[in-house]
Amino acid sequence: MKGWLQYWRQFLLFGLLSLALTGCGNAELSALRPSGPVAAMQFDLMKLSFSIMIGVFLVVMLIFTYVLIRYRKRPGQQGIPKQVEGSHALEILWTVIPFLLLIVMAVPTVAVNFELGKVYSKDEALQVRVTAHQYWWEFEYPDLGVATAQDLVIPVDQKVQFTVTSADVKHAFWVPALGGKIDTNPGLENTLWLQADKTGIFYGKCAELCGASHALMDFKVEVLEQADFDNWVAKMRSAQGNAPADTTTAASQGEEIYNKSCLGCHAIGGKGGKLGPNLTNFADRERVAGILANTPENTAEWLKDPQKIKPGNNMPNLNLDDAQVQALVDYLYTLSVED
Amino acid sequence: MSAHASHAPKRSGLWDWLTTVDHKKIAILYLVAGGIFFLAGGIEALLIRLQLMYPESNVIGAKTFNEMITMHGTTMIFLAAMPIIFALMNAVVPLQIGARDVAFPFVNALGFWLFFFGGVLINTSWFLGGAPDAGWTSYPTLALNQYSGIGVDFYVLGLQIAGLGTLIGGINFLVTIINMRAPGMTFMRMPLFTWTSFVTSGLILFAFPAITVGLVLLMFDRLFGGNFFNPDAGGNIIIFEHLFWIFGHPEVYILILPCFGIISEVVSTFSKKRLFGYSSMVFATALIGFLGFMVWAHHMFTTGLGPVANTLFGLATMLIAVPTGIKIFNWLFTMWGGQIRFNVPNLWAVGFIPTFTIGGMTGVMLSVPSADYQYHDSYFVVAHFHYVIVGGVVFGLFAGLYYWWPKMFGKMLNETLGKWNFWTFFIGFHLTFFPLHFLGLMGMPRRVYTFLHGQGLDLGNFISTIGSFGMTIGTILFLINVVVTANSKQKAPADPWDGRTLEWAIPSPPPEYNFAQTPLVRGLDALWVEKMAGNKGYVPAEPLGSIHMPSPSIIPFVMSVGLFIAAYGFMFHQYVLAGIGLAITFGSMLARSLKDDHGYHIDPEEIEEKGVKA
Repeated sequence: MKGWLQYWRQFLLFGLLSLALTGCGNAELSALRPSGPVAAMQFDLMKLSFSIMIGVFLVVMLIFTYVLIRYRKRPGQQGIPKQVEGSHALEILWTVIPFLLLIVMAVPTVAVNFELGKVYSKDEALQVRVTAHQYWWEFEYPDLGVATAQDLVIPVDQKVQFTVTSADVKHAFWVPALGGKIDTNPGLENTLWLQADKTGIFYGKCAELCGASHALMDFKVEVLEQADFDNWVAKMRSAQGNAPADTTTAASQGEEIYNKSCLGCHAIGGKGGKLGPNLTNFADRERVAGILANTPENTAEWLKDPQKIKPGNNMPNLNLDDAQVQALVDYLYTLSVED
Repeated sequence: MSAHASHAPKRSGLWDWLTTVDHKKIAILYLVAGGIFFLAGGIEALLIRLQLMYPESNVIGAKTFNEMITMHGTTMIFLAAMPIIFALMNAVVPLQIGARDVAFPFVNALGFWLFFFGGVLINTSWFLGGAPDAGWTSYPTLALNQYSGIGVDFYVLGLQIAGLGTLIGGINFLVTIINMRAPGMTFMRMPLFTWTSFVTSGLILFAFPAITVGLVLLMFDRLFGGNFFNPDAGGNIIIFEHLFWIFGHPEVYILILPCFGIISEVVSTFSKKRLFGYSSMVFATALIGFLGFMVWAHHMFTTGLGPVANTLFGLATMLIAVPTGIKIFNWLFTMWGGQIRFNVPNLWAVGFIPTFTIGGMTGVMLSVPSADYQYHDSYFVVAHFHYVIVGGVVFGLFAGLYYWWPKMFGKMLNETLGKWNFWTFFIGFHLTFFPLHFLGLMGMPRRVYTFLHGQGLDLGNFISTIGSFGMTIGTILFLINVVVTANSKQKAPADPWDGRTLEWAIPSPPPEYNFAQTPLVRGLDALWVEKMAGNKGYVPAEPLGSIHMPSPSIIPFVMSVGLFIAAYGFMFHQYVLAGIGLAITFGSMLARSLKDDHGYHIDPEEIEEKGVKA
């Protein structure tokens, strides 16, 4: 059984190699690179349960390897091995030890469970209401009077209390690097709190199968310094109801198209429908449709055929000609609250 | 597999297979049907992996991908793993307990045909408007009309029909094992495979009604505008999740327990030792079955049940690790001090132990609810359940098939091809699923038809797809092995592996009445006891006499066809067709109830005696 042994060594080597090659994943995405206390607590539990389990696994593998080598049938071996019924001592041993190991795991499990299950009031945490849609995310800050979509903006080092629900089917709200996740159930509300320890961008995902474009239902979490966050909130509020003035004629044509064809579903500030993502700060966002780099070319691509990019989404093809698309794109890139 | 001696109502060819009530033939029917569905599910899996080989690729596209994952999961669980387990239960359990057939041969055939037509129904969706695409779990509201296509109707109706078959199959085996044991075969002398089949049948009895309720409610929502799961009309989607997982979690044990039984038989036979800690193995099996019903909500930790429910279900889940650990150590110590032969069945069993241990380890990790918030619905979970269901169930089934193939078909599978089959499948399996643990932790949700560039997920997915080619090669080698074996002239002896249990005391394949005389069981490992006492074969408990056999019948087939037709009627709102289908089914029931069929007898003169002392 030499081949067997070699195989396991290769297996281990391969595992380590693939880990080394990829690190622990992308810092903006990976649950193995926590950037907040929730993800850190969860990572600690992973490490604890993994170490206990790897210990058990090594014991099993040690006995396994020994038995396979030592007790394989040798050529010419005769006779009948002793028919052992069992051993009370051994059987009690491997019943009691796993039980004790589980207790070691159970204590922090229970503690963290209740810690993560807490619901913070608006005095203790920033309140954000999340509504999942096929296939985009709506974020409202009820106490700040601000609404946005796709890019969630939160301040650093502050607890954020999420209340999540869905407008259509079940989705799940997951930001691996900050912690998670919680299902968004249509007709019901769930809660989850998260906190970011550093500024930057983190990737969020929908984790529950929700239809054709489930894979593309990404969002971003932008973590800002408190002052920058306050500034962002103030600008978002001032953008309420009065879209920025046009700068070029193309853009003003675009505004006309927007008011005619888009406003029914896409609000700017407080004005417009809520069937599609709010576009108040469209130009500032990380991505178009949650997945493409935010460039005028990609936006034009999206406007020409939304179904091609996100199959099954609810945005109709407006059948705009190239000039109209260009005008609309020009207008959309005036929608900014950043300096 | 030609028709048997002239005394029986003579049937041959296709008609014989359509009407058979012989548990050994039904086993082969289950194996062939389950095998075909396994290949279909495997092709679906391969397409899934091809789609995910590179980021942002578009091999099969988003909608087809969702159909593939739904059909892959549904097919593999309900239409491949379940029937192949039933194949082995049918082939082996009556022989292991010294019975001539199952308690209800007619119901046995009915169970098979219901499963078969349910499975065919689901698969016809590919040609009739699209396959189900809401996941094998089919959670509403995604599974309601406004969010998914007609495929989900096929899922809902097909699974109800197939589920009926499974349920009556389970009841049949409960009754068989309780009532049909040979004299001396006490419960604590039953081979482990029989024990695990017994517990599994009990789990089927309690688990399948739960999913049936869920499916019926979903059917009302979809076909008749019920609003059980429509939140806009006061419905609640969480109830479906509970119903699904009250079934779904025991289902995992329904699948794995018989495989534990197979591993116990194989490890013990090929170590030439009795099973270490037999009583604790039986106790652990029963305990796993019992605890299996207490833990369903661990599939719903992120549903929002709150910390109290999550904690309780998490702790209950951890407890299952204890009886499972007992089993692993008992297998290791069965081999300890033995003379281990590495024939193909034992290769699979030996490969099973570390693989299943890894699946068990990640299972314990998943039982920590707060950490599960990160694992849930990620590729970590995909890796975990494939380690359990492929590394556990499929490895176990391969072990069982290689082990009992000579008993089922009278021919030994080729050892060399078998070894190639094992190694390609084994290495391919680990290559496919090991990287998925890391992908999940690195932020890849499950059921995504693609992933984006630059998120650190490329390498793992590429390796995984390469691995799936290994599993494909392994499966093809198995098929080649089956064909080569079927065409070979060799005949398997009655007892090719130096077996310990009763099925090895009778010819391979056994005559239709199994045992010319009912055996007397004088201890655990009934045949081994006789071998040690210097006896050839088993000791009979009765003189040679006339054997009562059940008559074959076409009614189970017709009854199932009726439901099959009715399902199309309901789905496409052709209620006349539905009525015709139901009339066929209920008419068959009536015919069965009114017709007196006492079976037939095989006289002692007709029984060829082979190795049986009068």
